[in-house]
Amino acid sequence: MARIQLRDLCGARSGDKGDISDLSLFADDEAAYEAIVREVTAERVKAHFGELVRGEVERYEARNVLALKFVMHEALGGGAPRSLRSDNLGKTHGASLLRMEIDVPDEVAATARRRARPPRP
Amino acid sequence: MTVRLGGGQGFYGDGHGPLPDLLADGIDYLVCEALAELTLAILQKDRQRDESLGYTRDLPLYLAQAAPYLADGRTRFITNAGGINPIAAGRAVVAAARQAGLTGLKVATVVGDDVRPQAQTLGLPPDALFANAYIGARPIVEALDRGATVVITGRVADASLFVAPLVHEFGWAWDDWDRLAAGVVVGHLLECSGQVTGGNYSGPWWENPDPLRVGFPIAEVEPDGSAVITKPVVSGGMVTFDTVREQLLYEVHDPVRYLNPDVVADFTSLSLVDDGGDRVTVSGTRGAAAPGQYKGLVCTPAGWAGEARLAYSWPDAEAKARAALRFVRERAVGAGVPVEEWHEEYFGAGAFGGPTVPDRHPGCEPPEVIGRLAWRTATPEAAGLVSREIGVLGLSGPPTIASTGRGRDGKPSQLLAVEPFYVDKAVVDAQVRVQVEEV
Repeated sequence: MARIQLRDLCGARSGDKGDISDLSLFADDEAAYEAIVREVTAERVKAHFGELVRGEVERYEARNVLALKFVMHEALGGGAPRSLRSDNLGKTHGASLLRMEIDVPDEVAATARRRARPPRP
Repeated sequence: MTVRLGGGQGFYGDGHGPLPDLLADGIDYLVCEALAELTLAILQKDRQRDESLGYTRDLPLYLAQAAPYLADGRTRFITNAGGINPIAAGRAVVAAARQAGLTGLKVATVVGDDVRPQAQTLGLPPDALFANAYIGARPIVEALDRGATVVITGRVADASLFVAPLVHEFGWAWDDWDRLAAGVVVGHLLECSGQVTGGNYSGPWWENPDPLRVGFPIAEVEPDGSAVITKPVVSGGMVTFDTVREQLLYEVHDPVRYLNPDVVADFTSLSLVDDGGDRVTVSGTRGAAAPGQYKGLVCTPAGWAGEARLAYSWPDAEAKARAALRFVRERAVGAGVPVEEWHEEYFGAGAFGGPTVPDRHPGCEPPEVIGRLAWRTATPEAAGLVSREIGVLGLSGPPTIASTGRGRDGKPSQLLAVEPFYVDKAVVDAQVRVQVEEV
């Protein structure tokens, strides 16, 4: 097994509905998908976000597009027009999830496709 | 027969710069989705100031862009830019059409999503600033069937704006769940404009071709509901399996049961195939019977907010910013200002990620940190009182304070709470009206 940061393994996008932050996590192949299904549980995501997410976290699987969906309740300071947060729409939550580190089979880590970085400014 | 739909807007304030490429590529329908949850709240503030407002005010600019294509019959225009005042929006469109020299144009206005008149029966709060049901595609289909070239609505569900022209063109039955669901998928993929063509892309975004000219999306839809998602040939941006799936799941909650007014769509049933050349085929979508109720959104006042941003340089920038925000908070509390909620953020030191940001170590000190303090009060006057405590920090607070630009911290702004509710369809449908006017 190897430890990998989700940034190197997955894509992510997030948005809002009321006080709910809605986050999708995308794998690039079946092996990586199996790894995130196993490792990135609703409980773990809830713990990862700590005080940012006050309510429950639900997880859904969309295997057809190799994705996991996390619906995080009470996660936006009361909802966009009510929230005092600058990220009142939760657009950065996807990136925050990509900070998580998980254990994956060595071959999954070796073939992770998200290691490229933009050119230095 | 293939129908080409263009997604011309993703929110109120989206630029219309990409529209010329989209229209020139040849689209049967220009569909502009202007209403996020937050937008209705913004429009409500407009309408509070002026009863003739409450729609997205850049609507005439969109009409002007589309005018030549509306005039020659190539393209029809559908939008929910009517916001919470579709009648006023319809008037603005007619005026803009006349100004553009269009004649014989049929402009339809859809009303009836506003359920404030039923607030008491529905158990909605008496101080509701707006209460709207997310209605479906049917009234738009009626407008198109009656020959409308332009259809202006209020709170029609985003994807329904795109479902309507497909039902009109292909004659899909209202219980043909799979096809209606396929239409929802198409609408959902196009409703956020550039988010499916390389915008907000979490993959290698820096490889986006011609990022100054990101194209808005086009769906080439077949009678069976399958579709190719693409973009204008001359535009920048990209349409790939990855950009399409990121948008597919955006804000949908349970992807097996994506609830829409006219159908429940199963987004896990479909297949996405990247055909190369900025073309992705989506097919196989399954649907289930529509819910018996419409979802609605009700908005109530939720106090007032003020905020301050204070920037500090290395060394110890975060410690300085924290000391400055503490200064403001404690001075305001000491002065007896009734603040109901405080919120602190430190840009450059974990403002967004909070506890997901790992412990910062010496040697990784940020070169500067901006402290942002926001507060909620019951009245705008109280919110303003906190701001009075900031000035003294300039000469008497921690060292190396800087401004964050020429924009000054604004006046207190009103906070609004939005809550979903559910209403029987019959209650809303009974008041939905489609009015068609010829310019």
